[in-house]
Amino acid sequence: MLSVNRYKCGYCGACVGVCPAAALELVETWIEVNDDCTKCGRCTKICPLGALELVKEAQT
Amino acid sequence: MKCDLVVVGAGPGGSMTAKVAAEAGLDVVMLEKRQEIGDPVRCAEGVSKAALRKLVDLDPVWISAEVKGARLRAPDGTEIVMSEDRTGAEVGYVLERKVFDRALARDAAEAGAKVMVKTRALGLLHEKGVPSGISAQFVGESLKIEAPLIIGADGVESKVGRWAGIDTALKPKDIETCAQFLLQDEKIDDEYCEFYLGNDIAPGGYVWSFPKGEKLANVGIGVLGSKANSGTPIRLLREFVAKNFPDGKILEMMVGGVPVSGPIETTTADGVILVGDAARQSDPITGGGIINAMRAGVMAGEIAADQVPKGEVDKESLQIYEKRWRETIGKQITRNFAVKEFFVDLTDDDLNHLTHSLNGINVAELDLRGLLKVLVRQNPKHLLKLRHLIV
Repeated sequence: MLSVNRYKCGYCGACVGVCPAAALELVETWIEVNDDCTKCGRCTKICPLGALELVKEAQT
Repeated sequence: MKCDLVVVGAGPGGSMTAKVAAEAGLDVVMLEKRQEIGDPVRCAEGVSKAALRKLVDLDPVWISAEVKGARLRAPDGTEIVMSEDRTGAEVGYVLERKVFDRALARDAAEAGAKVMVKTRALGLLHEKGVPSGISAQFVGESLKIEAPLIIGADGVESKVGRWAGIDTALKPKDIETCAQFLLQDEKIDDEYCEFYLGNDIAPGGYVWSFPKGEKLANVGIGVLGSKANSGTPIRLLREFVAKNFPDGKILEMMVGGVPVSGPIETTTADGVILVGDAARQSDPITGGGIINAMRAGVMAGEIAADQVPKGEVDKESLQIYEKRWRETIGKQITRNFAVKEFFVDLTDDDLNHLTHSLNGINVAELDLRGLLKVLVRQNPKHLLKLRHLIV
């Protein structure tokens, strides 16, 4: 899943602008990720602060 | 709530649209999702003086600094100085966006637009299959605003276009990912905007220093998304500052993404017009977006004032907007996109070589386009691909 490090995030919205699935939204200082995320990782590469990361989902 | 026009986003593009449409008599509501218009800033804040003056009556409180010209530094340190104020010709302003954006929103309010902050657009309302307004959240409460026409001036993270079926997603090669410090340092040049080129310094982009007042500057970096990895901009900016301004003090930190895609296929849909960064109208070479957004805002406001009373707001009727902005802003960003595509893949040797080719030529009074012309003239073979664009 896409993980957002809220302590690193500069809430600029660059990730929202590149998301091919329109799965991201910037609300004030908060990046929301919805279920449309395809885990393509495009946003993780363009984040100027490196606040986004694809992490393996925990097995449940 | 009902009105004639909803503007989503209260940046320079949205505020100009709202002002022009309200002055022409439309009942306008402008939404801003943030609590504060203009803050946080995600911009280097440079604008052309002449271009700004054509659009608004200037208020000196918006201006942080006035510059004499621009200095370009090649990877090997060779410098070019442009648009030096020899003839008294005016060059550029560095704005205080927090003040500027709010002043433009105030102008829109004075013209009669209703401004709603902390109000986030959530989606389009539809009636008989066509957009009929915006569903929104106003300080956490849901709100429906009915209007025949919606302006998406919602920036790099625009959603309005996507809701209307326009794919505005930027490819990594079509966005500059940026970081910036407001830096205090004795070494800052208060009179010139500086640009540092080089693949190690800023791959597919540049580092800038724009003066913001005495010994203060916006020192920032743009890296092309396709050449970036997680956190590249902030890492390279820290390296640059450590090397060039080792005693510099960071008073503010800013980040952002700048569209450098050139014109996108469409910026209109039934009942929807996109303006500014939302329409990807920023300049692919400089990354400047303020003036283009304001110009597009004026066009959108005028067209809204013409079309809404006639009830003609379908995509077909809104082609007048496409035509107007593409003939003006569009031409420039098409050309600059092609130039950018060429420049981003140059090696440091290429960049040095091009800079050296200007040796002994007076470029002091040239602007960017003039400089490109000289470069093509001096390097006809190397810049063959650019020739048709520049001349």
